[in-house]
Amino acid sequence: MSMDRRKFLKIAGISSILGFGASVASATHTIWQKGLYPPQVDKNKEALTAKRWAMVVDMSKFKTEEDVKKVVSACHQTHNVPDFRNPDGSVNKKDEIKWIWQATYERTFLGQDNKYMSEHMKKMPFFVLCNHCDNPPCVRVCPTKATFKLADGINMQDMHRCIGCRFCMVACPYGARSFNWRDPRGKNPNGEPFIKNENKGYPLRTKGVVEKCTFCSERLSEGKVPACVEAAPKGGLLFGDMEDPNSEVRSIVTNKYTIRRKPDLGTGPSIYYLIGGGDHA
Amino acid sequence: MLEKALEGSKKYWAWVFFLSALSAIGVYYYLQQFFYGLGITGLHRDVSWGLYIGQFTFLVGVAASAVMLVIPYYLHDFKKFGKIVILGEFLAISAVTMCILFIFVDMGQPMRITNVLLFPTPGSVMFWDSVVLMGYLVINALVGWVTLGADRKGMPPPQWIKPFIYLSIPWAISIHTVTAFLYSGIPGRHFWLTAVMAARFLASAFAAGPALLIILALIVRKLTKFDPGKEPIQALGKIVSYAMFANVFLLGLEFFTAFYSGIPGHQHPFVYLYAGLDGHAELVPLMWTSSILALISLTMLWVPAVRRNEGTLALACSMLFISLWIDKGFGLVIGGFVPNTFDEVNPYWPTMPEALITLGVWAIGFLILTFLYKIAVSVRERNVGIEIDH
Repeated sequence: MSMDRRKFLKIAGISSILGFGASVASATHTIWQKGLYPPQVDKNKEALTAKRWAMVVDMSKFKTEEDVKKVVSACHQTHNVPDFRNPDGSVNKKDEIKWIWQATYERTFLGQDNKYMSEHMKKMPFFVLCNHCDNPPCVRVCPTKATFKLADGINMQDMHRCIGCRFCMVACPYGARSFNWRDPRGKNPNGEPFIKNENKGYPLRTKGVVEKCTFCSERLSEGKVPACVEAAPKGGLLFGDMEDPNSEVRSIVTNKYTIRRKPDLGTGPSIYYLIGGGDHA
Repeated sequence: MLEKALEGSKKYWAWVFFLSALSAIGVYYYLQQFFYGLGITGLHRDVSWGLYIGQFTFLVGVAASAVMLVIPYYLHDFKKFGKIVILGEFLAISAVTMCILFIFVDMGQPMRITNVLLFPTPGSVMFWDSVVLMGYLVINALVGWVTLGADRKGMPPPQWIKPFIYLSIPWAISIHTVTAFLYSGIPGRHFWLTAVMAARFLASAFAAGPALLIILALIVRKLTKFDPGKEPIQALGKIVSYAMFANVFLLGLEFFTAFYSGIPGHQHPFVYLYAGLDGHAELVPLMWTSSILALISLTMLWVPAVRRNEGTLALACSMLFISLWIDKGFGLVIGGFVPNTFDEVNPYWPTMPEALITLGVWAIGFLILTFLYKIAVSVRERNVGIEIDH
């Protein structure tokens, strides 16, 4: 069989296009199936796992200001949350980043106060943090899937994918999200770094990304409970699997009176506040 | 046709230089923001969107308003708009470009902006907003360029462009509807959680956009030999009047729902904006300025004699434009954030760099508009007296 030059080039051209197409197809096929970054490592066998992580907050267990401070600083130390302060030592509200903090009863549970309630009750502090909602508006609005839901109910934040549009901060009805308005690795005018005693085990962030509580998913994968839970007085912050009928958090939520923030919005928050305290734990 | 933008009088170049200087100032401050972070603005964790996103929202409306010329001209064969429709399309191009720039300067990590396309998220309204805005830019650039190119040759535009023209109509509605959905689908932001948000957006857009177009058409007539004509300007004046009436009516509905229902969460943003809340009244003078300008301009537009006089029409349109710019370009965004999700008032006010970056983006937009209008006017000046049927 003889083949002229023209025909040869035609066949060679077509087959190389097909070959190239096939290699592109096979390369993209894995991406389609496993995503751009398929898991590279096996799961830790000691990791704490759950069907639905949830937290019960019992403020009656926090007796002193010190108890509260320990929780906040444990979280913020573990996650290298920068501490922005004004020269007079007060918190710089403009740059502030926080993962867990305290708000008064009347602010935490809007509309649940009344004019006959004692000032003491109205001003009673409650821990607030990301609610890791069942139906999270932040995940819904994110244009890059930088915030996403894990199978165990945790709402994660990928600070390396986030483009900093802050739509998630707009969408969150709990004010749980913070933005890096400036470089968190910087220093204040007195030369003190915003992040003191950096934890090398957790990534630092860059300016221009959103961050928030992740229920310490990095600690769970090492078999440790969240840093705030560890630092809290016994029974103050309870963490467990709400889908497990034998878990402590489930038993409290089933048998005692707990409330959640803004349940009417349909977000399904997974932070439960135990009212009246109790002799659990 | 581009060469037309490169020839002009001394006045033309002075104007171009002035806008370029403002743009350069904006770029300079943007670079500061780029290296320091968005902390250079007045934003904070409670008010996470501000002037930039407000301008974006307002300008999407200006862009969409081109449809107020396209519908009468292409769907109802209202020939009088023949000369002016290109001004609307070119205004849309400039406005959408500003929208895209405002989104860009608002990004915390602008270098990652392609993540929106690398990880497309159909559940996110912002993903759709970027898709429809890009599409609208392309459609208007294509339609504007092809129809003007045909005009230059003294020919009717080619048939194949018609489907794109018709497509631009629902597309214009879609860009502003999707932009409204950024706000109106958010749980826990009472000020925005309203089904009439998209309708109000469209009404205010169809008032502010054509109002600007009237002013621009009058400027074009004054400065060049191209006369957009008396009748199209009068027709636009009527469109502005009806749209503004619809907008004020829809705003009134918001007040009724908030205050008759008596729900505190619904009332607080209105109280903050118009009367002040918890000792904070930063936006009160601005919001009342907007309301008063709205009422004066609406009254003026509704009196036929005032509307028919082009001088008073221009005045009314300017007041209306400023009123809506305050209401939609600022108040609307801030009202969603103050009070915050804890019902606390943490006010926001733009910083100087933020304002100058904003001004810079406007300058870039007007520079584009100047070039495009220069081209359109040059083509039209050559064809004075020739009526081309599209």
